Amino acid sequence: MTMKRFLLSIILVLWHVQASAALTIQITEGAEGALPVAIVPFGWQGQGAGPSQDIAKIIRDDLQRSGRFNTMPVKDMLARPQTGSEVEFRDWKVLGMENLAVGQIRPNGSGGYLIRFQLFDVYKGEQLIGYNIPTTERDLRATAHQIADIIYEKLTGQRGAFATKIAYVISTKSAKGGQTVSLKVADADGFNAQTIVTSNEPLMSPAWSPDGRKLAYVSFERKKPSVYVQEVYTGRRQKIASFKGINGAPAWSPDGRKLALTLSKDGSPDIYVYHLNKKSLQRLTKHYAIDTEPSWSPDGSEIVFTSDRGGRPQIYKVSAFGGAVKRVTFEGTYNARASYSPDGKNLTLVTRQGGDFRIGVLDLENSALQILSEGRLDESPSFAPNGSMVIYATKLGGKGELAAVSVDGRVRQRLALQEGDVREPVWSPYTRNNRRN
Amino acid sequence: MKLRILKLAPVLALSLVFAGCTSMGDKADEQTSGADGTTGAPVTEGSDAQTTGAAEGGAWTGNPLDNPDSMLFTKVIYFDYDISEVRADFRDVVSAHGDFLAANPSATVTLEGHCDERGSREYNIALGERRANAVKRMLMAQGAAESQIITVSYGEERPAAIGSSEMDWAQNRRAVFAY
Repeated sequence: MTMKRFLLSIILVLWHVQASAALTIQITEGAEGALPVAIVPFGWQGQGAGPSQDIAKIIRDDLQRSGRFNTMPVKDMLARPQTGSEVEFRDWKVLGMENLAVGQIRPNGSGGYLIRFQLFDVYKGEQLIGYNIPTTERDLRATAHQIADIIYEKLTGQRGAFATKIAYVISTKSAKGGQTVSLKVADADGFNAQTIVTSNEPLMSPAWSPDGRKLAYVSFERKKPSVYVQEVYTGRRQKIASFKGINGAPAWSPDGRKLALTLSKDGSPDIYVYHLNKKSLQRLTKHYAIDTEPSWSPDGSEIVFTSDRGGRPQIYKVSAFGGAVKRVTFEGTYNARASYSPDGKNLTLVTRQGGDFRIGVLDLENSALQILSEGRLDESPSFAPNGSMVIYATKLGGKGELAAVSVDGRVRQRLALQEGDVREPVWSPYTRNNRRN
Repeated sequence: MKLRILKLAPVLALSLVFAGCTSMGDKADEQTSGADGTTGAPVTEGSDAQTTGAAEGGAWTGNPLDNPDSMLFTKVIYFDYDISEVRADFRDVVSAHGDFLAANPSATVTLEGHCDERGSREYNIALGERRANAVKRMLMAQGAAESQIITVSYGEERPAAIGSSEMDWAQNRRAVFAY
């Protein structure tokens, strides 16, 4: 009961506070056994109102969203220490907190800020980590996500993925009654959404380059599909493939030098590898059936893809250099759009369960398939770069929305957009901007 | 419960109309200009103008593609789920377009293949292409030249009906003749 009430209050708080954001996050299911942690509001040590962002709140939201933590609501805090010397560990222990983070923000004298934060083990009364992080007004949210990553890694042993991005496609009704389709990039929590392409024709299949600085995608802007590669932060782009027929499903090789593509220029859709430097094309599969949706293994040695060469769409794999094709999925009548987990041990895919299309995770070692989602029309799954969650597209009330689920299936959350039909989310890889501690 | 039944009624009525149209090779959804009252679709300005033209001239004198009495008037054909072969009730329509292209070598058509929203998007692009190609093969068997035909698949990206009912899906699994 208390858990339910607790979750409800989270939903309400998020609903209220994040109403101005493009995406709002609602946790639809909670995790049992989540770690209790208190992130005390960071103190402001300067003149005036201080920074525009509530750093501690951003950290709390990140940790809560991961499903691994239960963060203490600020109103339940009996004290608001800003430094370790102000912490009364006994009080926090009584409140059931195992870990506690405190912090201070001060002006750095040149218009920016210095954020100092400390993380404590409440039971031992010990500091686990302490950092001084310089930042600017513009980078406050990014810095908060980095701190959340540091806390997450310290307490779970797994690298955090909060300071990453997502890309997605959204279509809205235009003023003239037609559709406007946009490719957007946002922070992983849905904030700071920015449009990088907009068109009256379909946009599809965004794919991040391994360095997180480019997106490959399919655009129908010339009334036929072409594959483009666009630099996310400059807007510069290059047309990669515009052959007769299908030009689709771009997938980057882990070294960023190649793009696997689906082309039907030679007849039926087959998998090709385009070498970006040499601008040369190599055909990987040759079959009269449909071969599409390639995805590289993290070590770059193999490519999985969807094929209906056996009569129904199933997942197959082939060496990245071509050769014999092996079937990967055998269960069910529809398995498609597979992609590898960052450790290469699992595939996430779309699988038909009865009449419903669900997100599954397939263990490649023992072929066990776990169903992670509950919708009728779920699609486009994409792993977080730390493998902890899968983001996917679902339909709710006739509208496309984004959802994310932890890989154990215990925590599911909706990223609800206020207007428009949202689809094809892809989680960015880690970039060089991601602090590594 | 009551609400649900009430909501179902018009859907049933529409689907009867829908079934009725197919035998006449006439479709009510995209080319509203072709609606002639009997289909039960709202009458638009376009259909008024065409009715007048037919009455004055007796025989149709305009572009044969615009003749509401011709099979060529039908520019959208529908497919069964997961099937890319042209349905029996649309073969005459496709044949008529094939004859038209064969008789008019300068005419070109873009065949758009479309799918319903179920399943993954890129796979649906491939399915849509398979549908467009099935129509293309029939047109060529009828004497149309390959150079007259362009195919493009939109997969599930451009639904004709927004919604996730069987009725919506049936309208979205289609090939469109765009001259």
